[in-house]
Amino acid sequence: MTSGAITTGEVLARQMQARFGNLVVHVGEFRGDWSVGIRDADRMVEVCEFAKKDLGFDYLVDLLSVDHCGEDPRFGLVYELYGYGHRCRLRLKTQVSEEVGEVPTVSGVWRGADWLEREVYDMMGIRFRGHPDLRRILMWDGYPYFPLRKDFPLEGKRSDLPDVAFTRPAPLEGGPFVTVAGGKDPVAREPRSRTV
Amino acid sequence: MSELHEIQIKDTAGRATENLEGLRVGRGGEVAELQGEKMVLNMGPSHPSTHGVLRILLELDGEVITKAMPDVGYLHRGDEKIAENMTYTQFIPYTDRLDYLAPLANNVAYALAVEKLMGIQKSLPLRCQYIRVICCELARISAHLLGLGAFAMDVGALTVFLHTFTEREKIYNLIEALTGARFTTSYTRIGGLSRDLPPGWVAQCRAFLNEVVVNFDESEELLTRNRIFVDRTRDVGVITKEAAIDYGLSGPNLRGSGVDHDLRKALPYLVYDQLEFDVPIGSVGDCYDRYLVRMEEMRQSVRILQQCLDRIPGGADNEVGEPICIPDGKTVLPPKSKVLSSMEELIHQFMIVTQGVNAPAGEVYFGAENPKGELGFYISSKGGGTPHRLKIRAPSFANLSIMPHVLPGHMMSDVVSILGSIDFVMGECDR
Repeated sequence: MTSGAITTGEVLARQMQARFGNLVVHVGEFRGDWSVGIRDADRMVEVCEFAKKDLGFDYLVDLLSVDHCGEDPRFGLVYELYGYGHRCRLRLKTQVSEEVGEVPTVSGVWRGADWLEREVYDMMGIRFRGHPDLRRILMWDGYPYFPLRKDFPLEGKRSDLPDVAFTRPAPLEGGPFVTVAGGKDPVAREPRSRTV
Repeated sequence: MSELHEIQIKDTAGRATENLEGLRVGRGGEVAELQGEKMVLNMGPSHPSTHGVLRILLELDGEVITKAMPDVGYLHRGDEKIAENMTYTQFIPYTDRLDYLAPLANNVAYALAVEKLMGIQKSLPLRCQYIRVICCELARISAHLLGLGAFAMDVGALTVFLHTFTEREKIYNLIEALTGARFTTSYTRIGGLSRDLPPGWVAQCRAFLNEVVVNFDESEELLTRNRIFVDRTRDVGVITKEAAIDYGLSGPNLRGSGVDHDLRKALPYLVYDQLEFDVPIGSVGDCYDRYLVRMEEMRQSVRILQQCLDRIPGGADNEVGEPICIPDGKTVLPPKSKVLSSMEELIHQFMIVTQGVNAPAGEVYFGAENPKGELGFYISSKGGGTPHRLKIRAPSFANLSIMPHVLPGHMMSDVVSILGSIDFVMGECDR
């Protein structure tokens, strides 16, 4: 990226900050990526509409959730944006706590957010208010857990698909493909069995 | 703005029977039956034309589709969950299996994302960057050959499939000589590559490039002005520019709709800003345009490859010993000859293998121009060798999300054309 592109990324992030004042908690740069932290997830639609219409971010690259298990608020939401006109990226970040567990949908701003939000709901359990069709997309309808949460174990939990199939947790006994990086001795790093 | 885009058909065979007197036979009211309800057809996950395990529920009114609901997730393997439990290097084989038609491109995209996190992306040795570009472009030719071959086969032109697969075999031979495996390459490492070009590889690659251009011409001769192919693909599956941008399409699907966006030109990475190539853009956004865009992209890839093979630092045999990895002992595995004889290298080897490369805390997103579109990796790291969160931004996921918008209004037989022209890979879509 040329220095021209980095400057414009900063310019757009500052414009966002100037428009929303104290709704913006954090504007930072890391490895050339500019990110803007939004304090209140409920006002995300307003922020996204400003980003699309006024700042020219017409492409929602990605919408994802992060589980900061142990911190409060527990979930972070990241909106990765790009504008075809100015060729700049921007990252919008917000948080939602486990009790609230709900954020307004931005599928009215970018229609691509439709499936992305369904995936966030499927994997992390964050609901999207106003979404036209919020149901699971990768797992089957009726799957009881949210797999990407940190308290969901790697090997999976028992679940049933009525009349069709059942799933058991994956056998990890001696599985060489998963090591606990940085464990204190070989036995801790490559456990011979995992208790389910 | 509901996902299930439903339309009403004005004139179908069923409704036309209203006008036929002779059909009002006896019991009365059969015309209402002939109008019929809509039929729900399940184009199931196991289907010869769905290019992998995609399930589409089609609601049909006669021959015309009124609603389409794709059901993805049959190939979901939990890659993102697995990534949270592995070191960065241990995850590289999983990236092979994302877009399994172009594994080298996925390897390169992932390695570049981790290197961006570590801040070493700009300091990669030049030979490494050129070899990575060569890998990406070979993967692009391979993926487009398969995409076009399968598309043509589904539409009915079976010969093209065999033609393109002959060339793909040659690419597989090249890749096998380079990495050891045809398919699951795991070629890149954090900070460099796993091994250098073998002797004679560049000559073999040049010979292949001469042959593949002939093959492109043959395939074009069979398809581009073929009356049947044009009839099946012209004005079918039109995706407007606004829809393409709004749904987050990328790659040839986006460029077929007229958007001039190629990550290799817009946000260049590796040595793409020093290479000369053009980016084909479509105008109408129908299946035919996407076919033409892919065809031309392959020719441009050949052009890029010629330039890279001419300019690669160190030449074909690397007699001068140009490095292919960054010289940082804490990131790149040291040479085996030193590991068992020198203490420092032994420690580096041990730390990298057991704890992984030490990435700083922070988050990055890096998107690469893969054959299917923009493959992006979002990595959130809390320091250490394993990521806290790795999200794979799959181009095929976004490309498929436009199905409920595009399919209604087309006939049943157009589904196959549209699916073939979108050219998605379920491994990538479901992860």
